[in-house]
Amino acid sequence: MGMTMSDKILARAAGRRTVEPGEIIEVAVDLVMTNDITAPLSIAEFKKLGLERVFDPQKVVFVPDHFVPAKDIKAAEQSKIMREFALAQGAIYFEIGRAGIEHVVLPENGLTLPGQVIIGADSHTCTYGAFNCFATGMGSTDIAAAMALGTTWVRVPPTIKFVYTGTLPPDVGGKDLILYTIGQIGVDGALYAVMEFTGEVIDNLPMDDRIAMANMAIEAGAKTGIFGFDEKTREWLARVTDKPYEPVDSDPDARYQQVIELDVSNLRPLVALPHLPSNVYPADEIEDMPIDQVVIGSCTNGRLSDLRIAAEILKGRQVHPRVRCIIVPGSQEVAKQATREGLADIFLEAGAVFSTSTCGPCLGGYMGVLAKGERCVSTTNRNFRGRMGHREAEIILAGPAVAAASAVLGRVASPAQLN
Amino acid sequence: MIIRGRVWKFGDNIDTDVIIPARYLVTIDPKELAQHVMEDIDPEFAGKVQPGDIIVAGRNFGCGSSREHAPIAIKAAGVQAVVAQSFARIFFRNAINIGLPVVEAPEAVAETETGDVIEIDTDAGTVRNTRTGKTYQSTQYDEFIQQIIRAGGLMQAVAERVKARQQAG
Repeated sequence: MGMTMSDKILARAAGRRTVEPGEIIEVAVDLVMTNDITAPLSIAEFKKLGLERVFDPQKVVFVPDHFVPAKDIKAAEQSKIMREFALAQGAIYFEIGRAGIEHVVLPENGLTLPGQVIIGADSHTCTYGAFNCFATGMGSTDIAAAMALGTTWVRVPPTIKFVYTGTLPPDVGGKDLILYTIGQIGVDGALYAVMEFTGEVIDNLPMDDRIAMANMAIEAGAKTGIFGFDEKTREWLARVTDKPYEPVDSDPDARYQQVIELDVSNLRPLVALPHLPSNVYPADEIEDMPIDQVVIGSCTNGRLSDLRIAAEILKGRQVHPRVRCIIVPGSQEVAKQATREGLADIFLEAGAVFSTSTCGPCLGGYMGVLAKGERCVSTTNRNFRGRMGHREAEIILAGPAVAAASAVLGRVASPAQLN
Repeated sequence: MIIRGRVWKFGDNIDTDVIIPARYLVTIDPKELAQHVMEDIDPEFAGKVQPGDIIVAGRNFGCGSSREHAPIAIKAAGVQAVVAQSFARIFFRNAINIGLPVVEAPEAVAETETGDVIEIDTDAGTVRNTRTGKTYQSTQYDEFIQQIIRAGGLMQAVAERVKARQQAG
């Protein structure tokens, strides 16, 4: 029996020729990451060990992104703990104004490479699977242990192969593909498994769309999502790094827990209604659902191509009078490029907020918290009860095209409904 | 280990945002976190839960964010253990790491209600409902996970390794 790409990465990191799904192995980690929410706990646990240094400061990354620029004194104190530790350790540290959301920033800096094992104290660490690496989220204590040892333990997950066939219709992107998939299998449909994304649709899919898909693997309960390595991956990485890396591919006779084929030729832009990412419907079937806010951004859809899609729709149009539209670039680089290209101008002219880079609104931190009874269309990844504010607020997940169209029309809408 | 306690029953897909909303993630103080445990699924829960109680829930308990503040809030509220039909993987791992017993027992969950008193026998791999008198199977931990539990949590297990490494020079 052959191995999947996930098996091969884990075997290599464990110093073994093969691994079997279900067995527990210890693997070397190439990168360990935490943020301003999870780092203080990791640091407190790490300090209990009495060690002076992390295993390798150049493989330990700290990114303030959730509650920064600091939303209040307590958040500022948490960030301070992280910053002081990171600087004292000589670890990799991304300060605001030169960075942004962790899952946008790390790839931009060439830190997420094919064949690597990456762990982060953030559930959306699985995002990096778009770059053909094994990347997964863990809690602060696991990260503390890895900061000390340079290794972590994993139960080798089985792999579910998703094969996307057909031709992707207009206005349908990576976010729609992953929402459709989660809608099909449910929020625990890939529990503890790896989602391997393949097929002709994936071969033609731009990197930003692949990133959005890998990002939401966790919303199906997966250990991670992973893509093969191809010319698109190579070109993307060539712009950000000249470091060597070793891509992996699944064997033709690799063992899969399940193979799921999805023909997406007739897919329409989708939304996930409250309160689960699996509650998926075509956006144009949602009638008469007025909204109060739109958020375009996050580690899922805060990249340049997402902002370009939003700008194309908002250009020459106005955000609906009763809607607040908040556009959050995923990183400083994205913000700079969006400004150079004139996207920022389009947003401002349309009556949207164009903010600094932060996770803020996605998790109800700040910069767009919802009041009781408010409804928001958001390009983020979770529509759980209370996620973006009051527990009686409603979050509707969508891609950037649906979010921008909804902002203009003041209700949940598909881009096709603009004309 | 036998864990006996009164049950609070919850449904499927209890996510970490309702277990401990992000607006409270500006601290790592367990007592402060415990004051808001389960707040967005049951705003009165923190006031009702008593030390020694047990949470029983459906599928995919703890899905969502990797925030370890979730099992910490549950444990600091005095909850002894969580029994569920299944757990989201990051939550399961976090709970084991901080010494909060988490037990998968699908049949027990189906026939247990709020207010019941249950007995979890982690060695035998059973859950007994004292109201109905019925005993159910629960999944048992691997030897590797048992080692973490015996050490009292992941960092205690890691500390033993670090010490051994230092002694070996």
